[in-house]
Amino acid sequence: MRVEVSAEVPAQPGARKPDPVLVIDSITRSFGGVRAVDVAHLEFQRGWITGLIGPNGAGKTTLFNLLTGFDRPDTGRWTFDGIPLSRLAPHQVARRGLVRTFQLTKALAKLTVLDNMRLAAPQQTGERFFGALLGTWGRQEQANTGKAMELLTRFQLDAKAHDLAGCLSGGQRKLLEMARALMMDPAVVMLDEPMAGVNPALTESLLQHVKSLRDDGMTVVFVEHDMDVIRDISDWVVVMAQGRVIAEGRSEALSANRAVVDAYLGSHHDQVLEFDADGNPVGQTAMLVAEIESELEAAIERGQDLSA
Amino acid sequence: MIDIASLLANGIAALVGPSAIFFALLAIGLNVHFGYGGLLNFGQIGFALVGGYGMGIAVLYFGLPLWSGVLVGIVAGVVLALLLGIPTLRLRADYLAIVTIAAAEILRLITRSTSMTDFSGGTQGLTGYGGSFRQLSPFDNGRFYDFYGVRFLGQDLWAICVGWTVVGLSLILVFLLVRSPWGRVLKAIREDEDAVRALGKNVFVYKMQALVLGGVFGAVGGIVFALTTQSLTPDFYSPPQTFFAYAALIIGGAGRVFGPVIGSMIFWFVLSITDNFLRQATAGSNPLISFIDNQDVGAIRFVLVGVALAVLMAFRPQGIFGKRSEVLLDAR
Repeated sequence: MRVEVSAEVPAQPGARKPDPVLVIDSITRSFGGVRAVDVAHLEFQRGWITGLIGPNGAGKTTLFNLLTGFDRPDTGRWTFDGIPLSRLAPHQVARRGLVRTFQLTKALAKLTVLDNMRLAAPQQTGERFFGALLGTWGRQEQANTGKAMELLTRFQLDAKAHDLAGCLSGGQRKLLEMARALMMDPAVVMLDEPMAGVNPALTESLLQHVKSLRDDGMTVVFVEHDMDVIRDISDWVVVMAQGRVIAEGRSEALSANRAVVDAYLGSHHDQVLEFDADGNPVGQTAMLVAEIESELEAAIERGQDLSA
Repeated sequence: MIDIASLLANGIAALVGPSAIFFALLAIGLNVHFGYGGLLNFGQIGFALVGGYGMGIAVLYFGLPLWSGVLVGIVAGVVLALLLGIPTLRLRADYLAIVTIAAAEILRLITRSTSMTDFSGGTQGLTGYGGSFRQLSPFDNGRFYDFYGVRFLGQDLWAICVGWTVVGLSLILVFLLVRSPWGRVLKAIREDEDAVRALGKNVFVYKMQALVLGGVFGAVGGIVFALTTQSLTPDFYSPPQTFFAYAALIIGGAGRVFGPVIGSMIFWFVLSITDNFLRQATAGSNPLISFIDNQDVGAIRFVLVGVALAVLMAFRPQGIFGKRSEVLLDAR
């Protein structure tokens, strides 16, 4: 069903989708002189798993930060279910049903796993200062605890419910973050590199969990830089490089895409390198070296971690 | 040679005395700020100053009755928290630390300025605002009351009873808050603000509420202490006082309800015992300790307290009440 629909969507950047939940228009964000994000038009289809891929520094996480209110764009607007989301604070975005996770997991270390979950439940009376003092939040807390335990069981974390979240392994933290996001009953879940730093044995189970989110009717957008991870589970893949969307399409169609291969391997991967007698680059090769160096400098200025 | 009985009697008097109450209230406020909310307030003494002086000025300069002076003191604490919080709470944690310590010093220097003599009493300070507090006392103000050798003057005993009642009520309030979902959000903000934002909570509002609440505890501490001593002197409200309150909080265990109170009691007990011991040991013609001059005792007792704190941090970094498992997480 999904595959049939996706076959009808043209595989080109900015393609219109039949029922988009998130529509982005001319969003830009610069850091110093570098355009980290520069997307003319992008739509995310409701009920799909959309993979957002691209090499390091492509602007995927920056785009996530912009969409969820953690960063402010220079220009641009975007709507979620037809409601404009631009200029909202992060917590307002989250309350409207667009919930994100982070690349570096943010498990709240000194809270128990169960408290991490209950924290995320929306509209708690006991979260208001005077509501907390009145002590009428007991029943709601019970309901939230029940829901939290169900989700923890689904993510195989129920045995850890009363441990501090700081004691969990990297993969378990990713699971906890995903489960915690579900406490908010989101319409769209945005996962920033859910597989990063996860033991390969856990990757498969994580992928299954991502799929189950879609089967529950949620829209999933996730960032990943490993193409292979995305191939199996994505209904649609958006490829970014240097801040722009360079390709879109079904995953199996993309590996042959010239722009995508260039983005990953560099557009000069078939160029013959030339050096003079002293080993210094000359001609086209010298230009290429200068380009790489300036990119590295820009990345360092942005405070980006080159080792990643 | 050393009079152990008087040593202990003085120690116990310090354990429950006005200073222990004052620093317990300051530390309860810091516990809300730092222990639960992760807010670095280095100017807690400034909240005590606006509390005490708010009350004193309201009574002496504006002629209000004492009870409304107390309200003015509390409101002054709220206003100070809002003034400090609005510009800094959206920024990184260290900005609050800088602004609070500066604000506390500015307040002290303004109150002691000679141009303010008519208003705040300048360097002379204020007296005579709290007479009606002493009139409420059920004890004979001038008489000494003896509890197994621990002696209190009637007027102090009254202030101590009121002070511990206030401490008790404050602890109940903190307990109710931190066990609630509100307290959970606050603890989560201490761990990672961005994660809490991503879960749909308005972090700024929670931090502001915590800053105001802790500031009010500081102001109430200032009010209680000013009623106990019946005088306000600006130089009492100097920066080290905030750090004594931090010491008390860390001894007792930050992020635990009873931590700040027990910590403050222990702090003043140890300070009193070392002080008394050193004074006795260095006094007389043939002193037990001959290499320390009697004059130096006041400074040396703080050195000893510092050593005791360092030892505590080495062997029990979580404080008396803290959970070791939580502290160990930081070491990973």
